[in-house]
Amino acid sequence: MAHENVDDMYREEILELYKSPSNFGELKNPSHKHTSHNSICGDEITVEMNVKAGKIDDIKFSGSGCVVSMVSSSLLTDKIKGMPISQVKNMKGEEALDLLKTKLTPSRMKCALLSFEAVKGALK
Amino acid sequence: MKITNEVAKQIKKDFPIFSHNLGLVYLDNAATSQRPTSVINTVKNFSEKDNANIGRGIYTLAEKAMKRYDQARKVIADFIHAEQDEIIFTRNTTESINLLAYTISEIIPKGKNEIIITEMEHHSNLVPWQELCKRNGWKLNFVKVNPDFTLNIEDFKKKLTDKIAIVSVAYASNVLGTVNPVKEMVKLAKEKGAITIIDAAQAIQHIPVDVKSLDCDFLAFSSHKMLGPNGIGILYGKKQLLEKLPPFNFGGGMIEFVKFDSATWTKLPEKFEAGTQNIAEAIGLAEAIDYTKKIGLDNIKEWEAYLLKYALKRLNEVPGIKIYHPNTGESIPVISFTLGSIHPHDISEILNEKKIAVRAGHCCAMPLMSIINAKNGVCRASLAFYNTLEDIDALVDSLKEAQEKFK
Repeated sequence: MAHENVDDMYREEILELYKSPSNFGELKNPSHKHTSHNSICGDEITVEMNVKAGKIDDIKFSGSGCVVSMVSSSLLTDKIKGMPISQVKNMKGEEALDLLKTKLTPSRMKCALLSFEAVKGALK
Repeated sequence: MKITNEVAKQIKKDFPIFSHNLGLVYLDNAATSQRPTSVINTVKNFSEKDNANIGRGIYTLAEKAMKRYDQARKVIADFIHAEQDEIIFTRNTTESINLLAYTISEIIPKGKNEIIITEMEHHSNLVPWQELCKRNGWKLNFVKVNPDFTLNIEDFKKKLTDKIAIVSVAYASNVLGTVNPVKEMVKLAKEKGAITIIDAAQAIQHIPVDVKSLDCDFLAFSSHKMLGPNGIGILYGKKQLLEKLPPFNFGGGMIEFVKFDSATWTKLPEKFEAGTQNIAEAIGLAEAIDYTKKIGLDNIKEWEAYLLKYALKRLNEVPGIKIYHPNTGESIPVISFTLGSIHPHDISEILNEKKIAVRAGHCCAMPLMSIINAKNGVCRASLAFYNTLEDIDALVDSLKEAQEKFK
């Protein structure tokens, strides 16, 4: 059982971000939008963005999820805001996972990648 | 022997999983049960000593394998008060229900074009019927769940018209723990000429099941939820109906005579058992039943009722907990809950740190989650007779800690 990192995952800064995540909400007229589902728990995260001059001008996410999915959504949207979409399109899942700075159990990877999948889906 | 907390601790020693995972608090029995040494050894011994294919060989070893397979069927038939040729081996409950969903249309009289299930069904007793309705252009009706997590029988009566072809209902809910009044429902359904199916996946390990007394047409369950191996499920069917149903799988073992352009089917139950079966696992299931009988289903029922009562009392001490379990009527020891706004995944992860295994999520009952307002799913602790009071205490203590973390 790999559970040595639980305390790490539920550390204070993570829980603070969970309670007040960045970029949480909806955009008025997003140019790109996608919803991803986690079939294990039924959670869904919607990512909306406005792409201007090939860059992510604004980005918001909405939905409800566990600490892992909410915090990773917050961190990911912060990271890619302002980024050229060509760069976002080339982004690998590992980069999104690394943002959490904690090792995840296999069953939580899906939670951590939910917003990443939504971003990829929106830019397809 | 009457099971007490001390006896339950002794019983745990029959299950090697606990000596290999010290400190494991296993509360996910509704997902799959653990296996006693006798079941594990039965499967192993068959592979070592008796393995041969069945129904084909003339040699001694094959005949011995066939005999053991037949004996297993007899043990299972006796356990639910059925005849031996009314027991069909499948892979699991899901396959048993799919077998019916794919073959049953042929025995439905013209003019009947609706199905009744309930809002509390597991996906395995929902999606196959959804698909059948799509194929046939039929209507699928759902019996409502009351706010107290019991089934709304008045709603069932209202929906039960002459158009109903099939009533398929969970004996017990895998989320709520509610035991449904299936005997009464079968009786009412029969008055309208409907085929009756009971999904006993969550009941078979907790409640003595008697198909004669229930008078249902079909009943399905899985070995792996009743101490048996994976890969074996049962479909019980009344003989005269199984005879009328066309086969589901075609191939070896289910034929009587094959020509280049046609074939005829063999008798029951082989008609429904095409291809080589999970022989060792079927024999393993019979051993699981023998083990259960030795402990005694009445003793199991009594201890589990005590554990359930204790668990509900202790869980109610946790501030902010919401429990989705009926207060009235019969129920199985399956307790779903949420803890304030903490996501069930997070609760489960924190419990895992203390080696406590619970289910988190929608528990394969997505539509039910919207009915009970558990948008993010639930945590589910499901008990077996080898659980102890200490297991419950560990759960309650860890839930209180989880809540502290999120304060």
